Amino acid sequence: MILRLSGLEPVNITPEFGFVVIGERTNITGSPKFSKLILAGDFEGALAVARQQVQGGANLLDVNMDEGMIDSEAAMIRFLNLIGSEPEIARIPIVIDSSKWTVIEAGLKCVQGKAVVNSISLKNGEEEFLRQARLIRRYGAAAIVMAFDQHGQADNFQRKIDICSRAYDLLTKQADFPASDIIFDPNILTIATGLEEHRNYAVDFIEAIRWIKKNLPGARVSGGVSNISFSFRGNNTVREAMHAAFLFHAIRAGLDMGIVNAGQLAVYEEIEPDLRERVEDVLLNRRDDATERLVEFAENVKAKDKTPVTHDAWREEPVEERLKHALVKGIVDYIDTDTEEARQKCKRPLDVIEGPLMAGMSVVGDLFGSGKMFLPQVVKSARVMKKAVAYLLPFMEAEKSAGAKPQGRIVMATVKGDVHDIGKNIVAVVLQCNNYDVVDLGVMVPAAKILETAREREADVIGLSGLITPSLDEMVHVAQEMEREGFRLPLLIGGATTSRAHTAVKIAPHYRASTVHVLDASRAVGVVNSLLNEELKSAFDKKTREEYERLRQEHAAKTRKKNLLTLDQARANRTPIDWSSYVPPEPEFLGVRVYATSPGSAGCQPAVAGSLPATSEDGSKTSGATKVQRASRQAAEMDRLAACAPQKISIELSDLIEYIDWSPFFHAWELRGRYPAIFDDPKIGKQSRELFDDAQALLHHIVTKNLLVARGVHAFWPANSTGDDVELYTDEERSEKVATFYFLRQQIQKPAGQFNHCLADYIAPTPNPQSAIRNPQSADYLGGFAVSIHGADELAEEFKRQHDDYTAIMNKALADRLAEAFAEYLHRQTRIAWGFGRDEQLSYADLIREKYRGIRPAAGYPACPDHAEKRTLFDLLEAQKNAGIKLTESFAMHPGASVSGLYFSHPDAKYFGVGQIGGDQVVDYARRRGEPIAAVEKRLAPNLDPSV
Amino acid sequence: MTTNGLHPLESLLRERIVVLDGAMGTMIQQYKLSEQDYRGQRFADWKGKDLKGSLELLNLTQPQVVEEIHAAYLDAGADVIETNTFSGTTIGLHDFLFQGEPKRKDQEFFQRVVDDVDLRALVHEINFEAARIARHAADRVANETGQQRFVGGSMGPLPVAGSISPDVNDPAFRAVSFDQLRQTYFDEAKALLEGGVDLLIVETIFDTLNGKAALFAITEASEKTGRRVPLMISGTVIDKSGRNLSGQTVEASLISLAHAQPLILGLNCSLGPDEMESFVEELARTSPYYMSAYPNAGLPDALSPTGFPETAETFAPKVAKWAENGWLNVVGGCCGTTPDHIRALAKLARQFLPRVVGTEISST
Repeated sequence: MILRLSGLEPVNITPEFGFVVIGERTNITGSPKFSKLILAGDFEGALAVARQQVQGGANLLDVNMDEGMIDSEAAMIRFLNLIGSEPEIARIPIVIDSSKWTVIEAGLKCVQGKAVVNSISLKNGEEEFLRQARLIRRYGAAAIVMAFDQHGQADNFQRKIDICSRAYDLLTKQADFPASDIIFDPNILTIATGLEEHRNYAVDFIEAIRWIKKNLPGARVSGGVSNISFSFRGNNTVREAMHAAFLFHAIRAGLDMGIVNAGQLAVYEEIEPDLRERVEDVLLNRRDDATERLVEFAENVKAKDKTPVTHDAWREEPVEERLKHALVKGIVDYIDTDTEEARQKCKRPLDVIEGPLMAGMSVVGDLFGSGKMFLPQVVKSARVMKKAVAYLLPFMEAEKSAGAKPQGRIVMATVKGDVHDIGKNIVAVVLQCNNYDVVDLGVMVPAAKILETAREREADVIGLSGLITPSLDEMVHVAQEMEREGFRLPLLIGGATTSRAHTAVKIAPHYRASTVHVLDASRAVGVVNSLLNEELKSAFDKKTREEYERLRQEHAAKTRKKNLLTLDQARANRTPIDWSSYVPPEPEFLGVRVYATSPGSAGCQPAVAGSLPATSEDGSKTSGATKVQRASRQAAEMDRLAACAPQKISIELSDLIEYIDWSPFFHAWELRGRYPAIFDDPKIGKQSRELFDDAQALLHHIVTKNLLVARGVHAFWPANSTGDDVELYTDEERSEKVATFYFLRQQIQKPAGQFNHCLADYIAPTPNPQSAIRNPQSADYLGGFAVSIHGADELAEEFKRQHDDYTAIMNKALADRLAEAFAEYLHRQTRIAWGFGRDEQLSYADLIREKYRGIRPAAGYPACPDHAEKRTLFDLLEAQKNAGIKLTESFAMHPGASVSGLYFSHPDAKYFGVGQIGGDQVVDYARRRGEPIAAVEKRLAPNLDPSV
Repeated sequence: MTTNGLHPLESLLRERIVVLDGAMGTMIQQYKLSEQDYRGQRFADWKGKDLKGSLELLNLTQPQVVEEIHAAYLDAGADVIETNTFSGTTIGLHDFLFQGEPKRKDQEFFQRVVDDVDLRALVHEINFEAARIARHAADRVANETGQQRFVGGSMGPLPVAGSISPDVNDPAFRAVSFDQLRQTYFDEAKALLEGGVDLLIVETIFDTLNGKAALFAITEASEKTGRRVPLMISGTVIDKSGRNLSGQTVEASLISLAHAQPLILGLNCSLGPDEMESFVEELARTSPYYMSAYPNAGLPDALSPTGFPETAETFAPKVAKWAENGWLNVVGGCCGTTPDHIRALAKLARQFLPRVVGTEISST
């Protein structure tokens, strides 16, 4: 049976066709070059990659846009449309490759030829599989079917053929799928990993081909060939030999096609005989030491390839000393070779960890404990440790040894509704350095999941983290749940809004076992050691309980003493602003403006956006558009303008750098001091400088490669205050309300001459309806914004995969700084739009100290403590659409590196804290918002009782 | 309606060469209808653009003209007549019937077109009536002659293409999306099915992606109406390069459309019999389906009375020769052909045996 595919031209895959080469370089996940071009928005360059693949002999072209930092659907559509106008590329059929069905479907809607879908599988059950298969039929495509089901990837022969034959039956009998349109991918998996269970992977694949070709008539077999050799990354000689030999055997078994780098295939016969034998030993699982023999060969090849490295003095030391040095100094360059040398010296790989590596780490721990090393260094040391352990892991598993017995296991999580995890990640790393096994559940983790994991993994301690105030309630909830379910594990509490007092007053009373607040990462190890050490445990617990009892008593005394005004008294003492002699500034636009970094492209001005020149009419009948001209320079310009739809302003990450406030960056690393004076600090100056240099290098890397995407939106609305509320209107008529912001007023008794502030005081009041309408004094405006840095989580994951927590944490800390800088940048644009910012002459220090007119308070911060106001703001700004920010159920912004708030223009506007409020205001506030009092009380708990 | 489990049209295809009708537009032109005629009573007070030239509107305003033309072709010997719905889609008619001229016709504009409630209702009525008129004409002649006649619901191309950028400066731009194409064809197909056509004819496919959207829509419309009819698919080759406007070769295009499992597949329009010959031969060699060809009466020639040079006497032998060569199952005429062309062609072509097609893939 023939598999018939088409681009502009037909491809009839008959049995005589020979091996079908699927070009793989237009795959964003597999080709760094292609990925870079797409991320930079250089689709022209990306087309060149496609052209190379066609010229290199690809019969089909695999296109994959699965990349977290871009809109994969949009990129797929754009790239396929562009290919459509390049007859040289469009000649061959397309393989639409994505793990997301929506991307595949978007691609199917773009190609006129008969394409191949890569891939579908039984992963999500039969129903979804059949649904997708039937749609593929309707779009007129063939399909690659992965040997994957609800239980995961098929890794052995039996699972492969079971899944393939089940899929075959479903497709041919229930989805009207011609057998000739089915291509199976029975999973080419990596061999030579050192793991016993991986040794037969190649054999299983080859046998599966044979079975499918014999038993599933008409179906074809394909696979991603380069997977097989991942163990030898960086060693192209060995990898290419493995590919060639593998293909040789697989094709003989009946492999029809494969995803390969077209134009770079080695020839089986030309592989050096010694190498070929070793490769085939591994592929065909012919001898027990096959992997070691190939590794040995690979190292010789590598050694030959490498130019000698200049050795530092410490390199002459014995290996134990070298490992210690590398750990203390955080040097990763030689860690693999040193670890290997140590491994050969030791009896078991575990001895390397328990011997020289732990010795090195205990030096680090001592130095850290005595204040001679600082957190960034410790995290760097941890990186070295992790890499060494990662190197040893395959050997240890091969040996089937249990691994080092950790001192204890800690389950950690950022609680439900919260996405902030820098601090938690640091604590995790520090604990790991101290030989604790950390199970990190990540962010937004519900209580049930934390408890379930703690039980399953037999945890010794649970650690909770959170940054925003609603997380405090969630922590109380977790404590209650632990009590209810009878847990007796110590509970650790950490994160920026947490405090010893809060833990003592609000959390500890709900849970009978040890509940301890951990101020920062440097204390974490001490606390955990004390809690888990049989001898220290009871004394530590007793001391903590006594201390927390004292805090509770102090707290009770404080609460009683507080003197609050009634809400009416407080309102009478509002901020005195004379509105009759003040004309509020008018912004130059109303509604939203959207800002984004468009990777790699030049900025476009709002002035030209929105006035696109009219383009030619469709004219498809007359233009003879078959050979649509390749995009000219002018076309690129058009694209750029089109991308910047009305009011969308393109910025660069580099624009934001000058707005970065660096001091909080150092605080994130527990280095206390102000930038730039911190560099002169006798104790932490040197360390701060090093950290700063590393940050600059990473920042440079991020900016030049456009690894993060900034998206933001700001807006102005006509606004007037009514009591403590600010009402927003659709237009200058001020007759139709679009939204209301509800603010809280200080109720604490103030000394004479000081006032009880509320944000509404800074907006001109609604004019008396009897007075002349629209006098300039009452035409006030409120601004709002939401900004976000996207991609940090994905990037951090990438670093973590490389066992580089240091850079992962650094990257997140920088993303936070960039988000704050973006907010500062946008505030400046706002002041300019308001007019009064045009002539500002502010130095960096002035900017950081906010020496400009107006304020930008944020919901969830002291002046506007109710996080729920974010919902209103987000709806107005359409922040999800315009800046890609989502709100969690606790009103945390996701991604975490996001900032939002309101802009007030009045010169007297200043930041303040609402502080403690009375029950009367809660009742009033709930009524204004139309919410139950209990809901408001829950959110405002810290203000009802602000002493915790 | 079936014998031996075969659709009666397939029975006929096995038996002899089947004759399709000729041009509808060419015939309507000969009536020299005025703006007033196009408007008829119903659209006398129409406030929008001029309606003259909106051929499909005549199904509502001058149904007797349309039926007369059908009758003339049936009388000439056509086994299959095509409904007057070549451009009977929301997008196909938007230039006449949709108010508003955008600066740039893009997906936003066409979304409004395909979603327009009034336009959709009108399009439904046009197609439903067109099917009814043709049905009436065909059934009358079938009763008179005792020979079954078939009504093919015509689904022609659109003024926009899914895989071609209308803006040479912006090759990634597409004026219309696949889903919009699908929606516009769905409305047409559904009304034709409800109006009682015997088969659907997706014809003059110059962009295969448009064709794929039409086929997708037909599947949906069949599900919606519960009526499944045989399918005829006809592509068009724009010049001697042997490709359609979107750049595909005949065989590539066949492969792209085969999933719809048509009963008949072939070529029409764009070229006259002289230019089309080699492509008919190529397709006849590779296609597993019953094969059709209905070329124009030559390349456009402003000096000829019909606008096309081939007369009935020159046209018929050229097309009949393809039947003689064993390449064809269905013959007919496209632009510039008249009942005279069809009468001459039917007479010559019916002498020859139809092309033999493998039975296992022939029917839906």
